[in-house]
Amino acid sequence: MFLDLIWLIPVLPGIGAAVNGLLGVRYFGKSVAAAVACGTMGVALLLSIGAFVQLLGAEHREHVVTLAQWIPPIPLETVSGLGAFEVPWAFRLDPLSGMMILIVTGIGFLIHLYSVAYMDHELDGAYARFFCYLNLFCFFMLTLVLGSTFLVMFVGWEGVGLSSYLLIGFWYQKNSAADAGKKAFIVNRIGDWGFILGIFLIFFTFGTLDFRAVAEAAAEMPVEAGAFGVLSAICLLLFVGAVGKSAQIPLFVWLPDAMEGPTPVSALIHAATMVTAGVYMVGRNAVLFSHAPMVMTIIATVGAVTALMAATIGLVQTDVKKVLAYSTVSQLGYMFLATGVGAFGAAAFHLMTHAFFKALLFLGSGSVIHAMNDEQDMQKMGGMKLYMPVTFITMFVGSLAIAGVPPFAGFFSKDEILYRTFLSNKLLWGLAVVTAGMTAFYMFRLIFMTFFGDYRGPSWGHPDGEARGDADQAADVGDPHAAPDHGHAWQGPHESPSLMTVPLMLLAVGAGVAGFVGIPAALGGANAIEHFLEPSFISAGGAHLEEAEHAVAHLSQAAELGLMALSVLVAVGGIALAYYLYVRRPERSAQLATNWAGAHRVLTNKYYVDELYDATAVRGIVAGARGLWTVDRSVVDGAVNGTGWVTRASSWVSHVVDKYVVDGMFNLLAWICAEGSYVFRRVQTGLIQNYALATLFGVVAFVTMYLIARYIG
Amino acid sequence: MMDITPAHYMILSAALFTIGVIGVLVRRNIIIIFMSIELMLNAVNINLVANARHLENLVGQAFVVFVIAVAAAEAAVGLGILLAFFRNKETVNIDEMNLMRW
Repeated sequence: MFLDLIWLIPVLPGIGAAVNGLLGVRYFGKSVAAAVACGTMGVALLLSIGAFVQLLGAEHREHVVTLAQWIPPIPLETVSGLGAFEVPWAFRLDPLSGMMILIVTGIGFLIHLYSVAYMDHELDGAYARFFCYLNLFCFFMLTLVLGSTFLVMFVGWEGVGLSSYLLIGFWYQKNSAADAGKKAFIVNRIGDWGFILGIFLIFFTFGTLDFRAVAEAAAEMPVEAGAFGVLSAICLLLFVGAVGKSAQIPLFVWLPDAMEGPTPVSALIHAATMVTAGVYMVGRNAVLFSHAPMVMTIIATVGAVTALMAATIGLVQTDVKKVLAYSTVSQLGYMFLATGVGAFGAAAFHLMTHAFFKALLFLGSGSVIHAMNDEQDMQKMGGMKLYMPVTFITMFVGSLAIAGVPPFAGFFSKDEILYRTFLSNKLLWGLAVVTAGMTAFYMFRLIFMTFFGDYRGPSWGHPDGEARGDADQAADVGDPHAAPDHGHAWQGPHESPSLMTVPLMLLAVGAGVAGFVGIPAALGGANAIEHFLEPSFISAGGAHLEEAEHAVAHLSQAAELGLMALSVLVAVGGIALAYYLYVRRPERSAQLATNWAGAHRVLTNKYYVDELYDATAVRGIVAGARGLWTVDRSVVDGAVNGTGWVTRASSWVSHVVDKYVVDGMFNLLAWICAEGSYVFRRVQTGLIQNYALATLFGVVAFVTMYLIARYIG
Repeated sequence: MMDITPAHYMILSAALFTIGVIGVLVRRNIIIIFMSIELMLNAVNINLVANARHLENLVGQAFVVFVIAVAAAEAAVGLGILLAFFRNKETVNIDEMNLMRW
């Protein structure tokens, strides 16, 4: 039953968005708007769980629901002759999309709940607008993951880009937020360009856009080893799309800026779901990508380099959300590294665990930011664990998870990626291990700077400026249900309301245990999730991938355990270093920054990538646009204006001729007639006797002529 | 006593006709002009009758009857117009009748 209702899963949030967007912005109070948004998401979550459970029980783990025909068959030229271009509104539930809908609806629902409290100090209309956008995002994201053809996926793909733009620029009165929204949208456009070109090429090659059909057709084609064929071209174009959406080099610059949006948005869109769409898309087309080893190498390299680069930037950022943003870029790089070495299952696994702990970390940071009266600079925090214990503990769990400390979720997924990379490419493995160490370091740098040490933030007081004592402060801490009332004077850091802490706790549980679905064989587990997901990554025949799997050299269990121990060691080392530099000897970190001023500056300025793009792409485009504008103004406008001038001049000549020559002739004629009539109308006296006299004269004249003719002539 | 010859009739007829013409041309009262027109018609009638007798042809006599009938009709129509005109202008002076001017 639930399997046939999967179309409702995206549609429900869509309805919520429509209701809140059309009515809520004008008429709804906060509670109604929140109820609509959370209610639709909650039902979608229940449907997702139901559908997922049924999918688990189903014999054939794939279910397609076709709602309607979107584009009826249009005959189009393809490589293999005339193909029918047709796109149904079809949704496909299989293990991969099943996992994705659980992530999107589950984490989405928690973030909706969290937003109810987090956005509370917005005005009513803005509040409804926020939930409208958030629901709209879920609608498109679910369309993206459930779409059964490339074009339906592309609709979702573009839609989440739109929602992302709307939500980044939610506080559009702020210039930086509006700019960040535009940047995200424009940078994504570059990726989307590649994606849609890839879709065109897919249709041209296979004559269909259905994922399953494309996978079957691609499975029949030879692996393009050592050659760059049409499959490689398709995969490269698709990967360009993934690079844009998932913020990889060179298109990662939009994601850190996207932190201008409200924190729940960062958690949902820019950490847990939308940015993983690229990974999902590559995984969805695993068969295609497996046939293009050259592109796979590119993907793995881009992923590893992105992971390392973003991690290094994350080392020195002081804005708590920026650290998390670069961490997200880095973790996405990890996922691409995994897909690049053919470990699609590991990538999807990491996608899932990452969704938990990164959403948790973002929501936790939002809680801190909330408590600090919208302060995001970690240098002005410190000692927060006293004020907000729940946030501290949950974020600590999240950090352990992302750092890869067993038995938290990140350990299993990250370790699987490292293991598969080690089998495939030692150099990339080295990069990934270094990245893992950095990840542990910067995450615990964040924890230590925020929650440990002395409080470095601004003091707080009553509206009259009188400073408050510690007793009052403690009262605040003790009451987590106290509504955050930012309309009045800020009353010091406080624990967030339960609507915010409960999602944190749930996510912390997820970040703690989500990894257990993928315990590797070396630790006595069954790696259940990868076996579960496998049907999504192979064609119906599915032979070749199995073969490839068998061909991969397996390490001995001891070596695998050794690798695992190494990655744990690296993580713990990173944590220890962070502890040493930011808790034990805080002055050492400042000293390091001065000793390595050059490197520090480069990292603080994010390798000057933004500046580079500004100097090349942005300026180039602006200069080109100016050039074209000049051409437009002088040549095009000139031609138009010249034509106009010529027309006016010739019409003036024509006017003169008309007025003086043509009109002149007619006026002359009329004048002659008028003047002549003055003479001749005298005859018409109107007096009958005059006419009679004239008649008489006539008669006399005729008679006279007659007589003359008769008698004289 | 000299014989009355057709010439006499013609002279009489011509004289009457001339009087009629002059009456039409010089008089201003439209009734007088009507009477002058009758005079001209009857001058023609005399001429027709005289010549019918002289030429011993009855067509002339019959023609006169037609002329008299037409004259009567003409007088009736003319007087009708005249009455209508008089009601409008309260005059029978033909100099006032210049509606057909340019």
